[in-house]
Amino acid sequence: MWAFFHRLASPRYFYFFTGRLLPWLGALCLSTTLVGLYYALFLSPPDYQQGESYRIMYIHVPAAWMSMFIYVLMAVAGAIGLIWKIKLADIIAANSAPIGASFTFLALVTGALWGKPMWGAWWVWDARLTSELILLFLYLGVIALNNAITDPRNAARASAVLALVGVVNIPIIHYSVQWWNTLHQGSTVIKAGGPAIHISMLIPLLLMAAAFKLFYGWVLLMQARCELLEREHNSRWVQEEVLSD
Amino acid sequence: MTDFFNMGGYAFFVWTSYGLAFVIFVANIIAPIQRKAAIIRQLKRRQRRGETT
Repeated sequence: MWAFFHRLASPRYFYFFTGRLLPWLGALCLSTTLVGLYYALFLSPPDYQQGESYRIMYIHVPAAWMSMFIYVLMAVAGAIGLIWKIKLADIIAANSAPIGASFTFLALVTGALWGKPMWGAWWVWDARLTSELILLFLYLGVIALNNAITDPRNAARASAVLALVGVVNIPIIHYSVQWWNTLHQGSTVIKAGGPAIHISMLIPLLLMAAAFKLFYGWVLLMQARCELLEREHNSRWVQEEVLSD
Repeated sequence: MTDFFNMGGYAFFVWTSYGLAFVIFVANIIAPIQRKAAIIRQLKRRQRRGETT
């Protein structure tokens, strides 16, 4: 097992291994999305209070979960790159940021689109919403740092430090609904005593969450492979790959 | 079917959410495909010129 991870950290092996994995990952992501959408839009019943509007949840909640998951993964990868100087970890961290930012943006906008009909406001300066907005700015900061510094090692180091400092925001987002009196509702799925959501709504939610996670893995690997080609463009395997393409 | 698209009167909010998700997903898929094509194009040009850097 460890030998496998060790080999995977070599750029050439990673490139060819993920090349074989990608079509399967894409197919799995697409089929999970289609099944999830079918459950979310057709099979799950309307909510007894919110009617059909609650179907925004099947986009909003998985997007918000992903915004935090990707951030933590990015910070961990950044830390691994800082400590052990593994180039692949830097690449994973740098290429996670734009995907994480797009999920954060999606969570914020779908939140506004759900807030307007249910709360009567697109936006309120509530602890949950504000901390999620800060998360978006943290992502944008990491992206900006990566773009501003030309030397890839320095860019990786600076953005890893920023990402690690920003991790403090993750528990704030999660516990904001308990620590402050927020308009945003409390946790429904990840809470003590088990999920307070009916199984007919939990299944589509978890399917969509799985689809979003697969999507992240799929896009991240595609982006990481591009960056490997850029960084290793002088090595023999890249030259051969370019010729064969 | 009309009922389905009407979403109990919340059509705008529900379909804008799903539509935005679709746009963001497609953009995230297209970005690496274009990036790879650009890299391959550039590296091929270099190979033809016989450069090594």
